[in-house]
Amino acid sequence: MNKILINSLLLFLPFILFSQTTFNGMLMDKSNPKDNLGVEGATVHWLGTNISSVTNKKGWFTIPYKVEYKKLVINYLGFRTDTLTIKSLKPIHHFLTPESGLDEVTIRSKRKATQKAFFATTNVFTVNSDELLKAACCNLAESFETNPSIDVSFSDALTGTKQIQMLGLTSPYLLISQENIPSVRGASQVFGLTFTPGTWVESIQITKGAGSVVNGFESISGQINAELVKPFSDNKFFLNAYSSLNGRFELNTHFNERVSDKWQTGLYVHGNYRGEKFDRNNDNFLDAPLANQINVMNRWQFTDAEKGWVSFINIRFLNDEKQTGEINFNPSLDKGTTNAWGSEIDTKRFETSGKLGYVFPALPFQSIGFQMAYSNHEQDSYFGLNVYDIRHQSVYSNIIFNSIIGDTRNKFKTGINFTYDKFEELVNTLDFSRKENAFGAFFEYAFDNLDNFSLTAGLRVDTHNLLGTFVTPRLHLRYAPWEKGVFRASVGRGKRSANIFAENQQLFASSRQINIDNVGGNIYGLNPEIAWNYGVSYLQKFNFFEKKGDITFDFYQTNFQNQVIVDWENPQEISFYDLDGKSIANSFQVEVNYSLTKNLNLRTAYKYFDITTDFKKGNLQKPIQPENRFFANLSYETELQENNRQWKFDVTFNNIGKQRLPSTASNPVQYQLPEYSDPYQLLNSQITKVFSSKFELYIGAENLTNVRQKNPILASDDPFGVNFDSTIIYSPIFGRAVYAGLRYKIK
Amino acid sequence: MKKIIFIFSLLMIGFSIQSQEVKKKKNAKVSFEVDGICGMCKKRIETAALKSKGVKYAIWSVKTHQLNLIMDERKTDVAAIQSNILKVGHDVVGFDAQKIEATTEAYNTVHPCCKYRDEEIILDHEGGLKKQKKKTK
Repeated sequence: MNKILINSLLLFLPFILFSQTTFNGMLMDKSNPKDNLGVEGATVHWLGTNISSVTNKKGWFTIPYKVEYKKLVINYLGFRTDTLTIKSLKPIHHFLTPESGLDEVTIRSKRKATQKAFFATTNVFTVNSDELLKAACCNLAESFETNPSIDVSFSDALTGTKQIQMLGLTSPYLLISQENIPSVRGASQVFGLTFTPGTWVESIQITKGAGSVVNGFESISGQINAELVKPFSDNKFFLNAYSSLNGRFELNTHFNERVSDKWQTGLYVHGNYRGEKFDRNNDNFLDAPLANQINVMNRWQFTDAEKGWVSFINIRFLNDEKQTGEINFNPSLDKGTTNAWGSEIDTKRFETSGKLGYVFPALPFQSIGFQMAYSNHEQDSYFGLNVYDIRHQSVYSNIIFNSIIGDTRNKFKTGINFTYDKFEELVNTLDFSRKENAFGAFFEYAFDNLDNFSLTAGLRVDTHNLLGTFVTPRLHLRYAPWEKGVFRASVGRGKRSANIFAENQQLFASSRQINIDNVGGNIYGLNPEIAWNYGVSYLQKFNFFEKKGDITFDFYQTNFQNQVIVDWENPQEISFYDLDGKSIANSFQVEVNYSLTKNLNLRTAYKYFDITTDFKKGNLQKPIQPENRFFANLSYETELQENNRQWKFDVTFNNIGKQRLPSTASNPVQYQLPEYSDPYQLLNSQITKVFSSKFELYIGAENLTNVRQKNPILASDDPFGVNFDSTIIYSPIFGRAVYAGLRYKIK
Repeated sequence: MKKIIFIFSLLMIGFSIQSQEVKKKKNAKVSFEVDGICGMCKKRIETAALKSKGVKYAIWSVKTHQLNLIMDERKTDVAAIQSNILKVGHDVVGFDAQKIEATTEAYNTVHPCCKYRDEEIILDHEGGLKKQKKKTK
């Protein structure tokens, strides 16, 4: 016993020894007092000296002491600096007060619904939820209607699915991600955007041109990232109901709940339904499909700000069913027969993803992130007598390390990713199943001189079982030559395997024969697509009659080294073949944003596209692509009254220039189309009445002037004949559609 | 057993003695006050701090006037950083709570709207952005 006593005394001896020459104490966080957790990494020093110390894991510090030291200064990033007067050597316990820089500054100037980045190196703009509320916006595909950089077109005459394009290239050439996890790709390429309900979207970031190397090598003309609502910041309860005279009903509900200090969860349920049959153009075909969709997502968010951990876990399930074709088509009787032409597209999708991020508490500029996602997408469909089934299972994982070189002017991101895709694809009787896997490493360096110049240079190396081993370089520069002017340039390479059937599904709703020029490549016998994208952009902000505005000039070129050409030029065929020659997409855009008066904003843009490809027939403009487009959006809001009462008005005008149509010259005369379509104008409008911060109503109309394509389906009178074709769509099929909806939220 | 504990204790003494010396930290957090008023000042102060060798991270609060830094103590010291900030025209408050004023020459280089020594301009900023000007002690 004695021995133990002596021993323990000996153990304590050093502490006693040093407590005589040093001073110690413990620092804690005032905002989190109940667990008395210490604050690690806080600095203390004696006023007027260089003698300092740092707190350990438990928040304790020990600092050399002399009698003349009286005042102890405590510093910790993000907390108020405190000076304490020390009178005795008794250890102190002190609470640090967090510095909240947020509540006292009120900025008068209103944040815009679409923000063009002035300081970002890339040509990126953010569309936030205010902008998304300006249009009917039922799903992600429809949320770009008020945005001039993205063109919305129609994929086919049957499903009415909206397709997006950027820089004159269709969505497969874009990287579309959901919270930085590539999402709309592979089997979900055509309908994927319609599977994210608009109310789930918190904001969208659109990058024109090459983009970052962090998320992969596939993007060619740009990147679109959708941030979803977060359980932490979304309303406790949200309800949105929508009904359109085109027969569509939608219901969205959000429930968000705080589970504990650190865990929050959200349940998001979306359903839509269209049960009414419309045939306004009397071609005996439905103008819009019968459809129903159930879409459920559950999110979990974990935040431990003190230790620097953040995590998200998502689970989502989707079931979508569409039926289209002739009005009297009855699936149970007529499927697989020539009684009536009909089509059903049934999609089931399950996805789950997890994210984990860690910010080093002592080093706010250093962090590490891990992402993991799995999805299973199954589409069973038939189009008349054509059968198309695809199942796509995908695994994506990514580790990113962020830090600095020297100081925060030089930042870098580096990491690795792994992707695995398994396709089981059946086209009529042909099986195109395949597996793809890729392993890649990336490094992206960003420099900012904190004044007028910044640069982002990225490089990645990937090994892909079908595309081989290759390097993807991308570079972005930003230079501000004078006040309020920014010049940007970018260059980058992209490479991808074209999923020819999934991306061009509309071909099945025609009598076209499928031709693939097998050149012995790895994907459908074709070679991967490779392109370089170059871009320059200039943004100038200005004050004109004391109102703020900005003007942007963009010029981008995409130059294909190889492309899988989709050739619609023979009306009885669709051909896929490797590019032999040139394929260049040029796009030019001028965009002006201007506040006409305090609450009246104008956004207008002119776009010019020159997209030419060497087809087998010769060099031609890309079909169904207007050369000229003009866009204008006018939005007006009344002054905000008490309890947020307000009126909002929004009008969008589009002029779509003439478009070259694929050749139908070899068809019988009654099934021929002109060489070019006529230009046409579209007008959309919406009025929102905000009654309180809880409740609002909106009413709007799409295609107010009732523009319709006269004859959207060729040979609709003979759907099983050789001339049947529903793929040549250059204008809306459905005329004017008036809709109304409500939003109710509880904070 | 005793021996081990004894040696262990000795070791601990060693450590405690060592801890009394000021260690040069690779990622030291430092904070001091710098005078200024607006977002432009913020940019100027942070840039001057970051351009000092050994400074890895700098953030200045418009409200509290505190400049928080992460720096490599092996490469620099606070005095060197402060001198760089003085050079771009911003007064700093040293460890001894003594205000070190930038030279008039340096002060004159700041943008006219950033003249933080001018009461009128301070009031101007307070009116526009309701920013609280913390009086230097």
